[in-house]
Amino acid sequence: MVERRPFSNLLAHLILWAGIIVVVFPVYYTLIASTHNPRDIFNGEIGFLPGGVPTENYKAALFAGAKQVKTTPATVMMLNSLAMALMIAVGKIAISIISAYAVVYFNFFGRMFAFWTIFVTLMLPVEVRIYPTYKVVADLGLLNSYWGLSVPLIASATATLLFRQFFMTIPDELVEASKIDGAGPMRFFWDTVVPLSRTNMAALFVILFIYGWNQYLWPLLITTDATMDTIIVGIRRQIVTSDANTDWHIVMATAVLAMLPPVAVVVFMQRLFVKGLVETEK
Amino acid sequence: MAEVGLKNVKKSYGGMQVIHGIDCAIKDGEFMVLVGPSGCGKSTLLRMIAGLEEISAGEISIDGRVVNDVEPKDRDIAMVFQNYALYPHMSVYDNMAYGLRIRGLSKAEIDERVNKAAGILQLQELLQRKPRQLSGGQRQRVAMGRAIVRDPKVFLFDEPLSNLDAKLRVQMRVEIKQLQNRLGTTAVYVTHDQVEAMTLADRLVVMNAGVAEQIGAPLEVYAKPASLFVAGFIGSPAMNFLAGKISGDGRAVELAGGARVALADGRFASSAGRKVTLGVRPEHLVQDGAGTAAHFQLAIELVETLGADTLLHGRIDGKGDGLIVRVDGATMVKSGQTLALHAPPGALHLFDGETGKRLSD
Repeated sequence: MVERRPFSNLLAHLILWAGIIVVVFPVYYTLIASTHNPRDIFNGEIGFLPGGVPTENYKAALFAGAKQVKTTPATVMMLNSLAMALMIAVGKIAISIISAYAVVYFNFFGRMFAFWTIFVTLMLPVEVRIYPTYKVVADLGLLNSYWGLSVPLIASATATLLFRQFFMTIPDELVEASKIDGAGPMRFFWDTVVPLSRTNMAALFVILFIYGWNQYLWPLLITTDATMDTIIVGIRRQIVTSDANTDWHIVMATAVLAMLPPVAVVVFMQRLFVKGLVETEK
Repeated sequence: MAEVGLKNVKKSYGGMQVIHGIDCAIKDGEFMVLVGPSGCGKSTLLRMIAGLEEISAGEISIDGRVVNDVEPKDRDIAMVFQNYALYPHMSVYDNMAYGLRIRGLSKAEIDERVNKAAGILQLQELLQRKPRQLSGGQRQRVAMGRAIVRDPKVFLFDEPLSNLDAKLRVQMRVEIKQLQNRLGTTAVYVTHDQVEAMTLADRLVVMNAGVAEQIGAPLEVYAKPASLFVAGFIGSPAMNFLAGKISGDGRAVELAGGARVALADGRFASSAGRKVTLGVRPEHLVQDGAGTAAHFQLAIELVETLGADTLLHGRIDGKGDGLIVRVDGATMVKSGQTLALHAPPGALHLFDGETGKRLSD
């Protein structure tokens, strides 16, 4: 331990507090603003205390959307986001665990080539391959659909590598014991590999759900129908830059709503998430 | 219960041959131990019997059926691994029941078999626990339970005790032996520990560099090691080796240092002048009593007191070959002393100076 001195202690705390304020203040302000009526927000009269119309604002955001520009209600957008995030998270986990299983446990022709191909895609995030990907999705007729939103983001080198590393720590004897017990590759996968990967899957789910939820560029590009907007894209659409006033009370309420599902996922899966990162159950 | 037959079994990885043709017939109900230093191919051989490694050449049969191309699950064997290889996410009960479920046994029969095995191994209290909640010895028992419930023709053990501490190892050794006696199942057991090998085996195969140097009962291997390697490997501390040659009359070995060690009778007369290695176990050297001529004067350099015994390390005449002697623990000797030693003719082993093979006596 470093020697404790009152001054350095104080300094450390000041810096920490400054950090907290920088991070928390915008969130707090959003929360406050979402409870005021639009006139007060526009006049800059809201201060730092909650306003009087929280229910009205949230009701409007959830079921009606902004008025000045016609936008989709938050319930629809959240459903879209939820579908996209879930499909991405579940799809990524499913595909990654299967491909990692193949790469680790099967000796097929071109195994290393397959592995390196997956590995190389780490260097190709959506933003880099966005034009060809758009073309493919458009040609497949998947614009303005859940499949178009999620499928191109599902293939994942990161998750495959993570599962591969985990599988390599499963002792070979476990495979052999399964063979002697008479379990074929499928049974070994379902009865041993999947249960052992439970915590890893949970950790990945949290990360991937948030990744999917927070997607902006891709949904912006492939959805033209407002009812297909995800909530992250939707917030941007509610902000008007000319010709009309922005419904800031709605924007703020929608922003708060957009934060809730990721927070909920982290809170509910925190125990498994931490376990997945630190514990190896073998 | 079944015989296991190995006929000229070979294994190569790429161009590298690691097992050079092993022939061995394991009898029904026999406890066969494969023993040798690490890398001698003993585990590979066991894994070939299990079906976890392909057989490059030769033939392995279990109960008269050649199993070269039979899947592990269809060979009717059960294997206990060094690290137990229990399924970490399954309870003790499920670990034992898993193989039976796959084979499609009825729930009642699985229950009966698992409970019976648990009874034999005193695991009844632990059936609902997970492997990580068990101690090393308990995990070992579960691994054995998983083997027992299958009611296999052959048990295969791959160094099952090497992850346990010394005390537990002795206890489990006894348990394994009793269990195998009770079940009467043929067992093949791999170990590098020669004490385990000697105590467990009905017969043992001493392996070195992919070759079976000797196959025989423990005492036979101890009393008549077939080669220099076996002589040095079995027995602790290891046998003393002294280079020399058989004298002209074939009645003694003349050691490089000049000493003469008398041989029993004249059995080696025909080998007069041959270069040999003389072997004598530390426990067979006797302190020179009345009437026998001393063969060596041993200058003692180090004394290891084990309690029951004392090991004396020294050099012949203080400058020649090193020698170890085991004497009674009550003997009071100090390093720096010189001890007159005698090697009785009956306790001598002669090995060819070039091939290392035992000279028949």
